[in-house]
Amino acid sequence: MSLVWKLLRQHISIGQFAGFTLANLIGMAIILLGLQFYLDAAGIFSSKDSFMKKDYLVVSKQVGSLKDLVKNGNEFSDAEVIRLKQQEFTQSLGAFQPADFHVSASLGMDDLGLNFSTEMFFESVPDEFIDIQSSEWVYEPNSNMIPIILPRTYLNLYNFSFAQTKGLSKLSEDMFKMITIQIHISGSGMHDTYQGQIVGFSNRLNTILVPQQFMDWANNKYGKGEPVPPSRLILEVKNPTDDAIVKYFQEKGYETEDDKLDQGKTTWFLKTMVGIVMGVGVLITALALYILMLSIYLLVQKNTTKLENLLLIGYSPARVALPYQLLTIGLNALVLVLALALVFVVRGEYLHLLRALYPDLVAGSVGTVFLAGVALFVLVSLLNMLVIRQKIAVIWKLKD
Amino acid sequence: MEKIVLKHVLPAVFQEQRAVLQSDVWLQELSLQRGEKVLIEAESGTGKSSLCSYIFGYRKDFSGEILFDGQDINTLKTGQWVELRKQSLSMLWQDLRLFPELTAWENVQIKNNLTHFQEEKQLHAWFEQLGIADKEQALIGRMSFGQQQRVALIRALCQPFHFIFVDEPVSHLDERNAQVLGDILSQEVARQGAGLVVTSIGKHMQLDYQKVLKL
Repeated sequence: MSLVWKLLRQHISIGQFAGFTLANLIGMAIILLGLQFYLDAAGIFSSKDSFMKKDYLVVSKQVGSLKDLVKNGNEFSDAEVIRLKQQEFTQSLGAFQPADFHVSASLGMDDLGLNFSTEMFFESVPDEFIDIQSSEWVYEPNSNMIPIILPRTYLNLYNFSFAQTKGLSKLSEDMFKMITIQIHISGSGMHDTYQGQIVGFSNRLNTILVPQQFMDWANNKYGKGEPVPPSRLILEVKNPTDDAIVKYFQEKGYETEDDKLDQGKTTWFLKTMVGIVMGVGVLITALALYILMLSIYLLVQKNTTKLENLLLIGYSPARVALPYQLLTIGLNALVLVLALALVFVVRGEYLHLLRALYPDLVAGSVGTVFLAGVALFVLVSLLNMLVIRQKIAVIWKLKD
Repeated sequence: MEKIVLKHVLPAVFQEQRAVLQSDVWLQELSLQRGEKVLIEAESGTGKSSLCSYIFGYRKDFSGEILFDGQDINTLKTGQWVELRKQSLSMLWQDLRLFPELTAWENVQIKNNLTHFQEEKQLHAWFEQLGIADKEQALIGRMSFGQQQRVALIRALCQPFHFIFVDEPVSHLDERNAQVLGDILSQEVARQGAGLVVTSIGKHMQLDYQKVLKL
């Protein structure tokens, strides 16, 4: 053991340093756990439609009475669209374009002797709102294959109502995607059959989506040629928690079809709660640091004569400060390791719970929290080293 | 370092007695040369330990100038002082400044570990010559002041130096031990070609001093 350490460890209070370690551990664990929980839980509240952009709303007009409907219709005029586009909260705006032709679909599983047939409608939104691989969401004019996105309720309807009552096996999303649907399109005196390829299911859009490209081409081919004003708009907002959105919608009598605004609020509350918890963690860490500083001040004060004598026999202030610096770095490293271990243990527990509630939860990464922990360790250690160095410098200058 | 010059140096506490002060050191221009042996005789309270503290950069409460090879010591940086205390200046403090928590041997080692200047064999030999070989592993706090003085001398020799200051080194030693200490000191000073400055309030080592000054 170094003789310098043997000298300078005199008067180290185990109680004070244990107190610091514990307080710092609690503070750091709270900060890191808060961050990890936020990263893991944020996935629950964000949209489950991986192929749709996140912060969008589907806007339609409230239908108050038959009179309103006859008078104004429930369609958006060009002026209304432009005004909405100009609002502060609007990031981008697109219109749902309905099909100007007749569609029906049939789904045949000849092996099973089954055949569904139904009337359908198509809508499209500009491609920029669809976040699906561009190679899948494309239509080549005159091609026989149309990519489509179905509401997930269709899948549920089949699995939970139809298949169950008929004693058929349930189908997963991926199996459904392998089925091709016969699409019959008629209009302008033509009648054609296409293959529909399901590329995704949506929780939030209660419509059957086809690529904009196909819609433009088919409306042109089968439609009557009259422009159809949109009755629904798709709106990407900068911040879904913005009050201005709700106010504007109430004023204009617009409504949104889904709970995106509520989700925004939930996310906001999650952020706030985690923020508060992490704030408490930061406060505890700061207090722990304060305890450590006081302990070191006291220690240096008690060992002033020793430190002074070491300096007088030729030890440099840096060399004399080193043992205390290493001590605090060691403690901080211990705290980091314990805090990270604690985070991973607790995370294991709550992930288990969350997964029971939300089976398709995509947990956040642990890398961010690891980096945050290391950053905190570096910050606290640097601060410790600086303070100790300064305290020794004061002793050096004591007799000036 | 070849020369230490004191120019009109006066401790702050003596400012009021400035007019009546009679001293070969205070308010004089005094030069200490490397290779020279100087005895400073002083009465109690005339500032001999203050002089040592000023030259060692430990205190600065004085007027006038102290120059190391022409450089004012007030302009020296921390790093330069550290090097001087390791390589050029050695000091046997009147209050010794040993560490009571360490043994006699550890007190010497803590300095020699820094400089790696003396062989362990040499250190043991000095303990032997000074009659404290059996105290090597004893805690300093349990040793008499006379024994501690001898340990402090050995520690002071654990570094290269151009000047060594010894502040009342034999105050608690008998004649024989004082003579041994004087011999060891003289040998080491001669070996390093260093300057020696001894202060005393009465009892002092018998050496061939080139200068005897009254403080």
